[in-house]
Amino acid sequence: MKLLSVSLLVAAVALSACTNPNRFGGDAGGPVNPMGGSAMGAGMAGSASDPTSVAFFNQSVGDRVLFSVDQSTLTPEGRATLDGQANWLMTNADYQAVIEGHADEQGTREYNLALGARRANAAQEYLVSRGVPASRLRVVSYGKERPVEICSNESCYAKNRRAVTVLAGGLSS
Amino acid sequence: MKFLNIRAALAYALTCALALSVTTAAQAQQGPLRITIEQGIIQPLPFAVPNFQAETGNAGQLAADLARVVAANLQGTGVFREIPSSAFIAQYTDFNAPVTFSDWRAINAQALVTGAVSVNGNAVNVKFRVYDVVSGTTLGDGLQFSGTTEGWRRMAHKVADEVYSRITGEGGYFDSRVVFVSETGPKDNRGKRLAIMDYDGANVRFLTDSSAIVLAPRFSPNGDRILYTSYESGFPRIYVMDVGSVQRRVLQNTEGTMSFAPRFSPSGNTVVYSLSQGGNTDIYTMDVGSGQSTRLTNTPAIETAPSFSPDGSQIVFESDRSGSQQLYIMSAGGGEARRISFGAGRYGTPVWSPRGDLVAFTKQNAGRFHIGVMRTDGSEERLLTASFLDEGPTWSPNGRVIMFTRETQGEGGASTIYSVDITGRVLRQVPTPEGGSDPSWSPLQQ
Repeated sequence: MKLLSVSLLVAAVALSACTNPNRFGGDAGGPVNPMGGSAMGAGMAGSASDPTSVAFFNQSVGDRVLFSVDQSTLTPEGRATLDGQANWLMTNADYQAVIEGHADEQGTREYNLALGARRANAAQEYLVSRGVPASRLRVVSYGKERPVEICSNESCYAKNRRAVTVLAGGLSS
Repeated sequence: MKFLNIRAALAYALTCALALSVTTAAQAQQGPLRITIEQGIIQPLPFAVPNFQAETGNAGQLAADLARVVAANLQGTGVFREIPSSAFIAQYTDFNAPVTFSDWRAINAQALVTGAVSVNGNAVNVKFRVYDVVSGTTLGDGLQFSGTTEGWRRMAHKVADEVYSRITGEGGYFDSRVVFVSETGPKDNRGKRLAIMDYDGANVRFLTDSSAIVLAPRFSPNGDRILYTSYESGFPRIYVMDVGSVQRRVLQNTEGTMSFAPRFSPSGNTVVYSLSQGGNTDIYTMDVGSGQSTRLTNTPAIETAPSFSPDGSQIVFESDRSGSQQLYIMSAGGGEARRISFGAGRYGTPVWSPRGDLVAFTKQNAGRFHIGVMRTDGSEERLLTASFLDEGPTWSPNGRVIMFTRETQGEGGASTIYSVDITGRVLRQVPTPEGGSDPSWSPLQQ
């Protein structure tokens, strides 16, 4: 079951790399992810009721943590979410993850890239401190290039200042 | 009247070598027509450019088009004001006939540019003269350019650069190009691809597709290469592209890192850039030939957006080592940095002017963004623009004009490219076929 879904993921990624002009599908954003599918969608990766599924991870564990303005310090809520992520990743050892750091639009492009790198790194370091092997995690910053919310006020900015853990099948199981 | 011939085999190989010697000659015999560009210019110099004379039967359209582009170049500076042809008294028909200065004085023209165009097959020849109407004399020698019909706009830009130089005593900037990011789609699904165009928005050509995010292209000092950041590997990495062949290669590819914000040194042999590793972003230089990198900063702060001084000896960059984004200058080899920005708010994306005297920057303060300039010691800060989001200045080749990105707010927010002169008085949108961001201005073309 899991093997099947992973190979489907890989096939879907290969296909999208060739033919899909909209590479930025899914919330996680970004082009084709080198470690697998960038949020290829819950439908591809099992039902949300299956605790080993990507959908369960994204929806029930929570795939993202949020940050204050110009900060990369984890909040208590963020640490709780990452505790859940760490537990899940330890249980589901077939998965690797790319942690995407993002910023809101209130900042210059280069600074926001660096700020997103800080946020992704903060999440990664926390997961590693909870026992997830660093070899299963990579980080990428999108700066302000891929907001999930597009209004120009704090209600949207708060959701855009985030680090998102994007799962990808990778290791043979 | 003597003409200096400037011949080139190709339109794209128009040479400026002889033109430069002409400029020198013109400067040696400067007449009274002279405008010195300073802060307080509020009276643009009125000029007239009647349609150029068609010396061959097939040159009529080109003669008109060339004159229009020359006039648009001059008008666009804000330093000059075009007098419309509807106001003309004199009928200009013969390039070699004496000019009736009283007719031009009567409509308050102070400068007059006349030209003549001949077309022979694909070959175009343009002659022009600049007159000081007030004193009734020519300003410098007549000059002619040869090129091809496809390159006619460049010929017009070269004429305008020469006119601008003769009247202001400064180098022009019209025969130049801009590389930028062409944008489509909403904020949360924006397509970005590299494009190149003439400085005035003409002749757009796309250099990449939008299959991966591309950011912040930067010209090499002679305009032959472009540095940029692309996510085509899934991670931000610096690439270098040859403008002519559009061939590209990754320049910085260290596993587990991200690299961005590259710029060439004045020699073109070194690239200064930012590298993020373990959440920390520092500044490095790389020798383009060997690929060997040297680390210049080593702090837990964000250090990015580096830009060389024109003599290559120093680097201006931004750092939040003080607790907020500020501007610093260090030696090109690294070491101690001195802070130069001290006003309210945050300062980023510093760019050293080609003259060496100023640093342009983005300032963020009280919920607004500004493009500004300051002297390299941080004094005489002046803000040139204000909006919801202005960022990323780039200098014209003569250090007179700055282009930048302006993004509008809200769900329909979009990026466009603007230019502003360093007096802050002449603000214009630069036309692009789609949205546009991250402009980088080339040097004057050779």
